[in-house]
Amino acid sequence: MTSQMTPGVVAGRLAKEVIDDNFADLHAPLDGHEAMVAADRCYFCHDAPCITACPTDIDIPLFIRQIASGTPEAAAKTILSQNILGGMCARVCPTETLCEQACVREAAEGKPVKIGELQRFATDALMDANVHPFERGSSTGKKVAVVGAGPAGLSCAHRLASKGHDVVIFDPRPKAGGLNEYGIATYKSVDNFAAREVGWLLQIGGITVETGKSLGNGITLSDLTSEFDAVFLGIGLGGVNALRCDGEDKDGVLDAVDFIADLRQASEFGTVEIGRDVVVIGGGMTAVDAAVQAKLLGALNVSLVYRRGKDRMNASDFEQDLAASKGVRIITNASPRGVIGNGSVREIEFEYTDDDLAPTGETFRLAADQVFKAIGQTLVGDDLPDIDRGKITVTETGRTSVAGVWAGGDCASGGEDLTVTAVAEGRDAAEDIHAALSA
Amino acid sequence: MANLESEFVGIKSPNPFWLASAPPTDKEYNVRRAFEAGWGGVVWKTLGEEGPPVVNVNGPRYGAIHGADRRLLGLNNIELITDRPLEVNLEEMLRVKRDYPDHALVASVMVPCEEDSWKKILPMIAETGCDGFELNFGCPHGMAERGMGSAVGQVPDYIEMVARWCKEATDLPVIVKLTPNITNILYPAEAAKRGGADAVSLINTINSITSVNLDSFAPEPTIDGKGTHGGYCGPAVKPIALNMVAEIARNPETHGLPISGIGGVTTWRDAAEFMALGAGNVQVCTAAMTYGFKIVQEMISGLSQYMDEKGMTSTADLVGRAVPNVTDWQNLNLNHVTKARINQDLCISCGRCYAACEDTSHQAISISEDRVFDVKDDECVACNLCVNVCPVDNCITMETLAPGAMDERTGQPVEADYGNWLGHPNNPSVQAAE
Ligand SMILES: Cc1cc2nc3c(=O)[nH]c(=O)nc-3n(C[C@H](O)[C@H](O)[C@H](O)COP(=O)(O)OP(=O)(O)OC[C@H]3O[C@@H](n4cnc5c(N)ncnc54)[C@H](O)[C@@H]3O)c2cc1C
Ligand SMILES: Cc1cc2nc3c(=O)[nH]c(=O)nc-3n(C[C@H](O)[C@H](O)[C@H](O)COP(=O)(O)O)c2cc1C
Ligand code: SF4
Ligand code: SF4
Ligand code: SF4
Repeated sequence: MTSQMTPGVVAGRLAKEVIDDNFADLHAPLDGHEAMVAADRCYFCHDAPCITACPTDIDIPLFIRQIASGTPEAAAKTILSQNILGGMCARVCPTETLCEQACVREAAEGKPVKIGELQRFATDALMDANVHPFERGSSTGKKVAVVGAGPAGLSCAHRLASKGHDVVIFDPRPKAGGLNEYGIATYKSVDNFAAREVGWLLQIGGITVETGKSLGNGITLSDLTSEFDAVFLGIGLGGVNALRCDGEDKDGVLDAVDFIADLRQASEFGTVEIGRDVVVIGGGMTAVDAAVQAKLLGALNVSLVYRRGKDRMNASDFEQDLAASKGVRIITNASPRGVIGNGSVREIEFEYTDDDLAPTGETFRLAADQVFKAIGQTLVGDDLPDIDRGKITVTETGRTSVAGVWAGGDCASGGEDLTVTAVAEGRDAAEDIHAALSA
Repeated sequence: MANLESEFVGIKSPNPFWLASAPPTDKEYNVRRAFEAGWGGVVWKTLGEEGPPVVNVNGPRYGAIHGADRRLLGLNNIELITDRPLEVNLEEMLRVKRDYPDHALVASVMVPCEEDSWKKILPMIAETGCDGFELNFGCPHGMAERGMGSAVGQVPDYIEMVARWCKEATDLPVIVKLTPNITNILYPAEAAKRGGADAVSLINTINSITSVNLDSFAPEPTIDGKGTHGGYCGPAVKPIALNMVAEIARNPETHGLPISGIGGVTTWRDAAEFMALGAGNVQVCTAAMTYGFKIVQEMISGLSQYMDEKGMTSTADLVGRAVPNVTDWQNLNLNHVTKARINQDLCISCGRCYAACEDTSHQAISISEDRVFDVKDDECVACNLCVNVCPVDNCITMETLAPGAMDERTGQPVEADYGNWLGHPNNPSVQAAE
């Protein structure tokens, strides 16, 4: 019988119930009473620091007060009017580095108000009732192309639709949602939430999603600029950085994002194959998600290896602790030197580095049936506006070097690569597009 | 450890914590367990006339106000006096008193406002060996509609009359329990004294509707679609009760009249506050109904520790200590100047003080770019609102300006002498006298 000890890359290392339980909601939703208690802790601060810390500027004290007074639907509207993907953000935002870090109760007692969980409580209440609280404005007759159906594109599209513009979203993937659908860790978005949220968002009307279509593959930017009144690019970062070490092409060396996407799309987690020994290379959220999920699938040994010190890791303390609590071994200050194996990876050799990444000459090897690369994503595409340091250069409101073309989200300069930032940038670009089209 | 033994109108009890006349004292079973738990005395659930007892509603009789974590802040009830036959209660009281001779057992009584009724029942009850009587002139619902309870308590002449009948009918101490549902608590208190009562106890419950059901449009608790006002008690009523106790304690007519303090006593601290304002002992109902009898252990340990810390050897040292400091507004020293001070190390930058002062007070707090909050002395009137709304203990305090220091708001140095409204130049009667 297959177990955690079984050598190689196999499915079903753990019993189905164990795996299903492993992939359950990271934070169980607050029940009504818990929400009341959590909401009561909010001080309703003046000019609240948590609002400033939220990339979408949600009026946090107001929505929490609306929960406390028994109107979570009104709270949801407060949230969603600033952040149409407030439901997803409630699940995936690294609140410990955003609103909750700024919460005065974090300063006071190291226990911030549970803003993220309260946001989920409110948005769930509204979405469970299948209410879409926004109406589409009367038609302007203007058409806008949105390229990429990720958080940036969806947010932009929704805001444009609400202003009465007709929006067409193009995306090569079979499902809309971008990394919400294909990237976010499974236990952060259970019960098909990403797809449900997209369906809910599209209830505004006036948005057509054309899947299977991508820029550079059948469509060109100039086609779009001539056919549409404005174009928004929210194509994310489609490429993955290479390890640049020997043996990188061996079987079993995979992109972490592909492993995660396959897992997200699996109908049964128990059918996803995983190695007994798994090594993840990288120090960000993707690396942590890949490592944790490998462990949850039943890999016996999962090591996350990062080339710099722990303090330089992009993954937040919360994420690092999560990984450690699931049994992931975190190794820092080590760079890959070579993948060893006959056709398939068997081992991977690392060299310790100092804080300036200078090699120390000391090496070690880890057994590996699979190596997941998570050392950063890159922008791909030729026919794009001006690019600087790997991102499309944009102004505050998302204007690119090409007239009539805006961009936002991971593909554009400015802001962290987070779902919530993408939503903010898509929304702000939509406002600017609307202003431009109304002028 | 401080000696908590208490003597109230001659009634001795091991401590000053009594259970008020209410469900906790409704029957032998409860009272025995209460005494075992440590309560010093009980006022037995109010007894009515002989014959078929009153009946209670068979739907909900309580409503409540909760804090977010369902901490019970206020309770409302529409219960009547005891619904058990008089003989049963009397037999039980007899047995309890026999077994607990050192504990206080006071009988609460409510009968129609007729001389015969009162004069007949008191001697019957006295045979139980009870230590005294409490006349229930407070119950604000149900019984009042039948001309009893607060219907009597709201007419000082009736209080005086009934108290006198009772004093004629018994040698035991008579305590008159006052209703707060009246404009001036001194009128019934003075009437009780004139009638010869040995003490007053207060407060009984306050007329209230705790909430309205916004679907059925009926007050809670709702019985078959209708509701009625109930009597409010619990932590929320304590400030009202404290004031009424203080008014009686400092009123020359009633000063020295023993007071049993009731209303929202929940911890030893509440009890100590009532006693400092002149209550000889306290009675508790809602706190026991919320947490059970065991809370008295905290009350006992807390009050003893406090008395030890203050060097008080008996409860008499505490009773009335704050009374001389309760005065009329006109006697307050207008030359006493304070200013709000924010402790920047404690401040968590929530901005509540700013919102409060800016929107609703005197625009005396500034906010900087980086959210540092400061008091503007030239605007601060020392209202204390910021202190009250600040979520951090002791973060904002009131600093007293020393005599001679400049009050930047008025541009005048602080005067060393006491000066009140009676001598203030803005007072029209002062000008008239000149
Ligand atoms: C594994 C992983 C985990 C993450 N976890 C978190 C998290 O927990 N919390 C958090 O806040 N952020 C997280 N992030 C980051 C977050 O997912 C991104 O910042 C966010 O999705 C960016 O949104 P976007 O719309 O810019 O891009 P994406 O979500 O990448 O969407 C881009 C869309 O454009 C489409 N597209 C690409 N190229 C083209 C083209 N040429 N033509 C048309 N369409 C195209 C893609 O198919 C995709 O649908 C995570 C990222 C990864 C990879
Ligand atoms: C359910 C209930 C029934 C009561 N019944 C009586 C009563 O029969 N006689 C009486 O004098 N007071 C009665 N009271 C009033 C209490 O004795 C007491 O005065 C009041 O509750 C205030 O004290 P507390 O805040 O500690 O509860 C009752 C109170 C409650 C809650
Ligand atoms: S900072 Fe914290 S306490 Fe203040 S409003 Fe925001 S959530 Fe509430
Ligand atoms: S005491 Fe009153 S006036 Fe002075 S700062 Fe505080 S709130 Fe403002
Ligand atoms: S209310 Fe208190 S904690 Fe909040 S800003 Fe003012 S002083 Fe600071």
